[in-house]
Amino acid sequence: MTRSDVQLMLDVKAGDEASFEFLLRKYRSPLVNFLYRMVRDEATAEDLAQEVFLRVYRARKQYSPSAKFTTWFFRIATNLALNSVRDNRYRKREVPLDAPAEEDAPPFELPTREMRIDEHMAERDRAEFIRRAVAALPEKQRAAVLLHKYEEMDYGEIAKILDCSESALKSLLFRAYETLRVQLAPLVVQPAAHRAGEGRPS
Amino acid sequence: MKCEDISNELIAYLDRRANSAERRAVEDHLAGCAACRERAEEFRALWGALDGMPVIEPSPGFDARVRQRVTAEPRPGWFAWLVPQPRLAFSLAMLLALGVWMARLPNRAGYGAPTEQEDFNAIKDLGVLENYEVLMKFDALSELPAAPAPQPVPRQQGDQITND
Repeated sequence: MTRSDVQLMLDVKAGDEASFEFLLRKYRSPLVNFLYRMVRDEATAEDLAQEVFLRVYRARKQYSPSAKFTTWFFRIATNLALNSVRDNRYRKREVPLDAPAEEDAPPFELPTREMRIDEHMAERDRAEFIRRAVAALPEKQRAAVLLHKYEEMDYGEIAKILDCSESALKSLLFRAYETLRVQLAPLVVQPAAHRAGEGRPS
Repeated sequence: MKCEDISNELIAYLDRRANSAERRAVEDHLAGCAACRERAEEFRALWGALDGMPVIEPSPGFDARVRQRVTAEPRPGWFAWLVPQPRLAFSLAMLLALGVWMARLPNRAGYGAPTEQEDFNAIKDLGVLENYEVLMKFDALSELPAAPAPQPVPRQQGDQITND
């Protein structure tokens, strides 16, 4: 019989190390991807993911199944990611004025809405285009989109993780998807023929 | 429903998480608003496009590093068996303190109804206390200081009573 995540965590609490191993194998990949999309750096994402598992292990004795395991788990991950993003932003502000130009990723020109996506555009470029558009979202909007779209969580769970009301979350998600709709227009825009004669939203 | 009102419900409608009333309201609006219909279609296309987000795999040594850090965590000592739960330990300590405090309170039975033996003792000496002769000859009473006679209170000038 398959044990639920909550049951696995209760078993970890009771001292069953194999259940922790099971949770590690189950969630390592979604967690690393979530954190990578949040912090935009693979090494940092892995460090944070290790920290999340360590915190889960440390908190095992105090664990009580008052919410879904994923809510608790991704809340830890989201808080760590948001702190990391903010710390990193702060460190970047402290770069001296005479320091060499930031050697981040090369500038990536986002196509304009009118630009048609090249049919031969490499799959990798397309994926990178999407990744950068999501990465450019404000961090809270980014977390909301990642939890909604990729972790397929319901609104109640995401609202708990982001510590906001469900209506505030809906508004946050709408703004995030609206930004992405504009940024990724070449991938999502309807053919001109279908849009002939139709206006923009009022 | 106006276009700006639909915005918060549109996402829930498109990902099929809206309730029936919200769904009907959005459908009514979309039926009459080509611009919002177009936007809804673009949202659908956007979600399809977002599936193309690159996926990374944790590095081969990831699990080993997590295990290493978990193993390095301090294990609970033998005394942890005595204190399985901090809250439980605190509650037991409070109960113990309450028990000690109550045990040190004066025995409330002494303030209650007198026992049969106490009644007997009280009655036994009653005859002696009622005997005036015995009391007069009781030496211990003569050693008590005599109570001072009550002094008249001098009248103040302002206290004079006039019969005018």
